[in-house]
Amino acid sequence: MGCCSSNNNKFYYCSSSIGKKQLMAISAVMLVGFSIAHMIGNVLIYFGPKYINLYGYHLTSNLLLPLAELLLASIFIVHIIFAVILVVENYLARPVKYHMKVNSGRGANFASATMPWTGAIMLVFLIFHLINFRFGTIYMTSYDGIEVRDVYRLLIEFFSNPLNLVLYVTAMIAFAFHLGHGIQSIFQTVGINSPKYTPCIQKLCLLLSLVLSVMFSTYPIWSYIKSIQ
Amino acid sequence: MSEYDNNGMTLFLKIWRQKCCSEKGEMVNYTVKNISADVSFLEMLDILNQDLIKKGEEPVVFDHDCREGICGACSLVINGEPHGPEVLTTTCQLHMRKFKDGDTIVIEPFRAKAFPVVRDLMVDRTTLDDVITSGGYISANTGAAPESNAIPVRQENAELSMDAAACIGCGACVAACGNASAMLFVGAKVSHLGLLPQGKLEAQERVHNMVKKMDELGFGNCTNEAECEAVCPKGIKLTNIARLNREFAVSSFFKKNDSGTKQEWS
Ligand code: HEM
Ligand code: FES
Repeated sequence: MGCCSSNNNKFYYCSSSIGKKQLMAISAVMLVGFSIAHMIGNVLIYFGPKYINLYGYHLTSNLLLPLAELLLASIFIVHIIFAVILVVENYLARPVKYHMKVNSGRGANFASATMPWTGAIMLVFLIFHLINFRFGTIYMTSYDGIEVRDVYRLLIEFFSNPLNLVLYVTAMIAFAFHLGHGIQSIFQTVGINSPKYTPCIQKLCLLLSLVLSVMFSTYPIWSYIKSIQ
Repeated sequence: MSEYDNNGMTLFLKIWRQKCCSEKGEMVNYTVKNISADVSFLEMLDILNQDLIKKGEEPVVFDHDCREGICGACSLVINGEPHGPEVLTTTCQLHMRKFKDGDTIVIEPFRAKAFPVVRDLMVDRTTLDDVITSGGYISANTGAAPESNAIPVRQENAELSMDAAACIGCGACVAACGNASAMLFVGAKVSHLGLLPQGKLEAQERVHNMVKKMDELGFGNCTNEAECEAVCPKGIKLTNIARLNREFAVSSFFKKNDSGTKQEWS
C-alpha cells in the first residue's frame, strides 16, 4: 500500500494504537513521579505550619516553577487527550454490544474495567483541587520577617468542612483504583513482562498505589481533626 | 434407539438470529429436549437445526470445520464467554456435560466492528487473515529440505515460538476483549515468526505492517485487562503482547535490516 512514507514514521507512531498507549504510559510514569513528590512534600503538614508554609514559599520562589508547572500541565494534557481518543476508539470497535457478557474472573477486574471512569473522577477532582489550593484564598503570615503564604491556615479552614473531606477521600479511592490497575499496566504497555519478575512487579505497583492513595487521604483527615480540636 | 432416549436434558436456548449483516438481529428463544450429556455443544445445535428443518424453519447458521479443536473455525459466545465455560477449550470440544437439565443458554456471535455478522452466529473473520497477509513473507528457501542443523535455534526461542504458533486464529481474544482488540492474536503471530531465525530478517517490517493493518481494520486498543489470555483456547500468553509492544516501539525508532544498517520501508 505504501501509504506511510519513510520519513513520517515517528508521526505514524503517535497515531498507531500501540504508540498512543505507550505515550499514555510514559505520561503516566511522569504523573506517578509527580504524585510521589507531592505526597512526600505534603508530609511536612505533620510538622506544623512553619514547615509546610516555608516549603511552599521556597517552591514558589523558584524561578523555574512556571516552567515545571507548564511541563506538568502538558503531561496531564497528553494523558487526558490520549485517554479520550483511546476510550472513544475502543467504544467504536464494538458497535453492537453483547446481550450477555461475563468476565472470566481470570482477567479483567473492577479497577481495570473502570479506568475511564476513575480517570474522569480524577479530572473533576483535579480542577476542583487547583481551584481550592493553587488558586485558593491567599492568607499571609511571616517567619523571621519573610512574608509567606499561609497554606496551612487554608488547609485547616478548607477541611473544617466535612463535605470537602468526603469529596477528597472519595477522589482518593478513585485514585487508588486508577493506579491499582494503571501502574502495573505501564510495564506491559512498554513491553516488560517476564514470568520471573512480573508477579513481583505487580505486587510492588499495587503497594505503591495504596501508599499514595492512603497517604493522600490522611492529609484531609488530619486537617479535619485539627480543625475541630 | 439409544439409552438416552427420554432421559436427556431439556435446555432453553436464547440464540442471536440475524438475516444478514445489514439487517437488525434479535435474540430468539428455542427449547431442545432429550440432549445427551455426551454430545458436543455443536452437536446440540445440529439437533436443534434438525428440529427446525423438520418444522420448515430456517436452521441456525454457525461456523465450524474440524470439530477437533485445531482449525479455529468454531466461535460463539456462550453464556457470556467466548467458546463457553470450559477453559482451554474450543466450542467444538465443549460437551453438554458442562450444563445441567433445565439450564438457559445464551448464544451470541463474536462481536466486533472488525467481525461483521454474516448470518446468525456466523461472523466474517477475514480481517485476521488480512493482518497475516500484511505481515508478508519469511526468507525460507524452497527446494530440498535443508540440513537440520544448518540454522541453529535457541531452545528457549523454539519453545516460545511454538507456544505462540499454537494460536488457531479463532478470534476469541477479540470477542472477549472489552475493547475488541486483536493484540493477543497479532502478538502471537509476530512472536511465532520473529523468534525464529527464518522470520527474523523481516521481523521489523512485519511488526510495523501488522500493527498498521490491525489499526486500519478497526480493532480496538489493548488496556491490559487479560480477558483475551483467560479465554484463549490455546493458552496464548500476555507475554506475546508485551513482545509486540516492545518490538513495535523498537521498529518505530531503530529500524535495522539484517546487516544492521538503517533500512526504510513503506
Ligand atoms: C486527570 C484525568 C485522568 C484521566 C481522564 C485518565 C484516564 C485514563 C485512561 C482512560 C487510561 C487508560 C485505561 C487503560 O489503559 O486501561 C489511563 C491510564 C493510566 N493512567 Fe490515567 N487518567 C487521569 C489521570 C491520571 C493520573 C493523575 C495518574 C497518575 C498519578 C494516572 C495514571 C495512569 C496510569 C499509570 C495509566 C496506565 C497506563 C498504561 O496502561 O500503560 N492517570 N488513564
Ligand atoms: S471447529 Fe475447528 S477448532 Fe472448533
